[in-house]
Amino acid sequence: MLNRAVAPVINAIKSVEITKAAEQKLDNGIPLNVINVGSQELIKIEFLFAAGYVYQQSPLVASTVNELIDSGTHKMSACQIADAVDYYGAFLETEVAADFASLSVFTLNKHLDKILPVIEDVIKNAQFPDEEIALNITNKQQRFLVDEQKVNTVARRHFLNLLYGDNTYYGYLLKHADFEKVTKSQLVQFFKQYYNPATCRIIVSGKVSAEISTKLNAHFGGNDWLSQTSINQVNTISPNATKTGENIVLKQDALQSAIRIGRVLFNKTHPDYLPMQVLNTVLGGYFGSRLMSNIREDKGYTYGIGSGIASQKYSGYFFISTEVGVDVCADAINQIYIEINRLREEEISADEMELVRNYMLGSFLSTIDGAFALADRFKGIAIYDLDYDYYDKYLSAICNTTPKQLQELANKYWQKADLTELIVGKK
Amino acid sequence: MIKFEKFKLENGLTVIYHHDNSTPLVCMNILYDVGARDEDESRTGFAHLFEHLMFGGSLNIPSYDEPLQRVGGENNAFTTNDITNYYLTLPADNIETAFWLESDRMLSLAFTDKSLDVQRNVVIEEFKQRYLNQPYGDVWLLLRPLAYKVHPYLWDTIGKEISHIADATMEDVKSFFIKHYHPSNAIMVLAGNLSFDRAKQLSDKYFAPIAAGKKIKRNLPQEPKQNEARALSVERDVPVSAIYKAYKMCGRTDAKFHTCDLMSDILSRGDSSRLYNELVKKQKLFSDINAYLTADYDPGLFIVTGKLADGIKMEAADKAIADELQKLIDIKVEANELQKVKNKAESTLEFSEMGIMNKALNLAISELFGDAEMVNQEGEKYQAVTAENIQKMAAEVFNANNCSTLYYHAKAKA
Repeated sequence: MLNRAVAPVINAIKSVEITKAAEQKLDNGIPLNVINVGSQELIKIEFLFAAGYVYQQSPLVASTVNELIDSGTHKMSACQIADAVDYYGAFLETEVAADFASLSVFTLNKHLDKILPVIEDVIKNAQFPDEEIALNITNKQQRFLVDEQKVNTVARRHFLNLLYGDNTYYGYLLKHADFEKVTKSQLVQFFKQYYNPATCRIIVSGKVSAEISTKLNAHFGGNDWLSQTSINQVNTISPNATKTGENIVLKQDALQSAIRIGRVLFNKTHPDYLPMQVLNTVLGGYFGSRLMSNIREDKGYTYGIGSGIASQKYSGYFFISTEVGVDVCADAINQIYIEINRLREEEISADEMELVRNYMLGSFLSTIDGAFALADRFKGIAIYDLDYDYYDKYLSAICNTTPKQLQELANKYWQKADLTELIVGKK
Repeated sequence: MIKFEKFKLENGLTVIYHHDNSTPLVCMNILYDVGARDEDESRTGFAHLFEHLMFGGSLNIPSYDEPLQRVGGENNAFTTNDITNYYLTLPADNIETAFWLESDRMLSLAFTDKSLDVQRNVVIEEFKQRYLNQPYGDVWLLLRPLAYKVHPYLWDTIGKEISHIADATMEDVKSFFIKHYHPSNAIMVLAGNLSFDRAKQLSDKYFAPIAAGKKIKRNLPQEPKQNEARALSVERDVPVSAIYKAYKMCGRTDAKFHTCDLMSDILSRGDSSRLYNELVKKQKLFSDINAYLTADYDPGLFIVTGKLADGIKMEAADKAIADELQKLIDIKVEANELQKVKNKAESTLEFSEMGIMNKALNLAISELFGDAEMVNQEGEKYQAVTAENIQKMAAEVFNANNCSTLYYHAKAKA
C-alpha cells in the first residue's frame, strides 16, 4: 500500500551542463557567437548593439531609433520591408534597454536566404523617413499617457528616478514634452554612431550550420558599413543622486497602491552580487519566499510580491515590488520591513537554506534549457564582458553561501536608512 | 511533428507521453476539463478561485509548493473559460515528486479554512489589480455580457463581481472538487527526459489507486444566433478612446476555425497587415489596432479592437473598421497575401514546438479537443484554406447583425 504521507527520495542535482557559445569573428571583426542546439530547422539571429539609452544625448532617441530601424531604407519602404519579412514567415523583434539595443530575427532556415538581404539593408541603411517618425512619436505619446494611469508603471519609472536622479538615463523621468523634441537628425546621428560593426555582436542560436555562419559573414562581414565615430562617455552614476526615505505619488482614486522599496547596489561584476542573489531569493525571489509567504499566502494582501537585483552595465539595484489594496498598504510596508529585519537579525535555518539551494539549482536548469535560453545566458555575460566562469561562480554561490554570510549581507545592504520607499496610489 | 504515446488508466485518467532527451527536465501538465463556463451564474469566478485553492495543501501533503521547490521544481497554473491547467517542470531525476504531489491533490484537498480565507483575498486583489485598477481593465467585464445572453461565456474567468468570490463557502469548494477534480475529467501529459516505462510505472503507482469520479455530461445553454447589432457606450477616465467589436464565430474544434484564424492574420498580423497599414499608417485613424480570436471551445468571438488617434470621432473609427472588413467580403484575397499568412502560420507552429512546456500544453489541449494527434494536423489545416473559404467566411462573420460593439470613450478633459 502506497504511503502518501512520505515524500519520494530527493535526488540532488549532480551536474549542470551549460552549452557554451562558440566564438567566431566576421571578416570585419564583429564577434559572431554560435549556439548550435536543437533539431528543428529554425534559428534566431540577434544583432546586439551598444545602443541603449545611456548613450543618448536626449530623451527617446535610443528607443525611437531601435523601433524605427525597419521603417525604410534607400531601396525599400517600411511597407516593403514588412511585406518581405512577413511573406517568409519571419519575425523581427526589437529591444532597447539601458545599456544595449537589439534586433532579433526569428526564421525557418529554409527562408534564410530570402530574409538576410532584407535584414542587411535594414541594419546598414535605415533612413528614418519623416512620416514614420511622426507616426511613431504620436502613437508612443498615446501609450505613454495610458501608462501614466498604471500604478505599476508609474512606480517603476519614479522609483528609478528616485534611485538615480535626473542626470543619467538610468534615472531620467520621461516627460510629456520630451516627445515633441525628437528630431530626425538626432536619430540619424545616433544610428550612425551606435549601429555599426564597432558596437555590434551577433548571437545566432538554433540549428546553426557552418554554412549559416558563412552567410552571415557575407552579409555583415564587409567593411562597407564601418564608422569612424566613437561611443559617448556615459555620465557617471553618482551615489548622492539617490533620494532615500518615504516618497509618494498620490492617486486619489486608486484601488491598489504600487509599492517599491530598494536601493542602488552594483552589477554582476561585484563580488557580493552572486551571494546577494541567494539572499534575494530567500526574501522575495520565488513563490515560497519570505515576502510571498507572509504578504500573499498568510495575509492575502496582494496577488503577488517579489524582489530582485537588476544588473546594468554601469550599476545595479535591489528592489521589492508589489501592488496591494489601499486599505492594507500601510501594514504591507510594515510587514516588508519585518521580513527584511528578520533576515538581518536571525540566520536562516539549515532547512530553508537547503530548500533555496535546490530551488535555485533546478530553476537554473530551466534557464539553460534550449537554444534560445542558452543564447540569453550568453548575452547575460557578453554585455558585461564576463566569461562563462560567471555561471560556475553562480552555481558555487548557490551551493556554498552560508546562513551566516546571508545575515551579514542583509546587515550590510539592507539598513532602513539606506533604502528608498515609494508608494504610487495612497496609504 | 510531435511524437507521443497515449494510454488510459482504469479510473479514466488519460496519459500522454512525449520523449525529449535534449533536456535534463521533465514537464508534467495536468489539464482539468473545467473552466468558468461550468460555473453557476450566481457563483462566478469559482473555477479560478479553485485553481488557487489547489495550492493550499492536499490530503496527505500540507504544502504543495515547498516539496516541489525542494527538488528544484517550478510550477504554475491558469484558468480559462474552458479549462483549468496545471503545469510543473523539474529535474528528470526527481520526477517521482511530481507524481506524488499531483496525485495527492487529485485524490483530495486538505480544505483548510485558512487557505480559503487567504485565497479569497488574494483573488479579490487580483480582480482589482488586473480588472479594476488598470486603464481599460474592465473591457471584458463589459463586452462578454453584451455579446452573450445565455451561454456562460457571458462572464469572465475572474467572475462577474467581487461579491461572488467573497461569498464562496467551504461547502461550495468541496462540491466543486468532487464534481470536477477526478481522473476521468483530467488529461495528464508527461514530456521530457523520461522513459516510457517509468512514466507508465509511476502513473500506475500514484494515479491508478484514485477512485474514478463521475464524468458529467456538459449541458450548457447554447447561444442563439445573434440577429441584431448590439452596442454599449461607456465613458471612463482613460486618456484615449477605444473601440471593441466582437463578431460571433465558430468554436476552436470547428473545421472553419483555421479560415477565421488566417483571416485575423490578414487583418492584423505583422506590420504588413491590412488594418495596420490602412488605418494606422495611411488614414491615421488609430494609434493601435488589432484583430484576434478568443479561440474558445464553444462558438467564440472574432475581436477587432483599436485605440483612436487624437481627435478622431468614434463614428469615423467604427466605419473605417467596417469598411476594411467589407473588403474581405467584396474582393477575394490574392494568392500572394494568402501565401504570406500561410507561411506565417507554418513558422508560428514550428516555433511553438520549441520546449517541453509548449509541447505538453499543446498535446493536452488537442486531446481535450478530441485527439492529441490533432497537434500534428494543424499545419495541413492552415495550408488547405482557400481564398474562397475566406471570402465566404468573411461574409458570414462580418455582418453588423452578428456584432457587439463596445464604445469606450475617454472622459473629456476638464
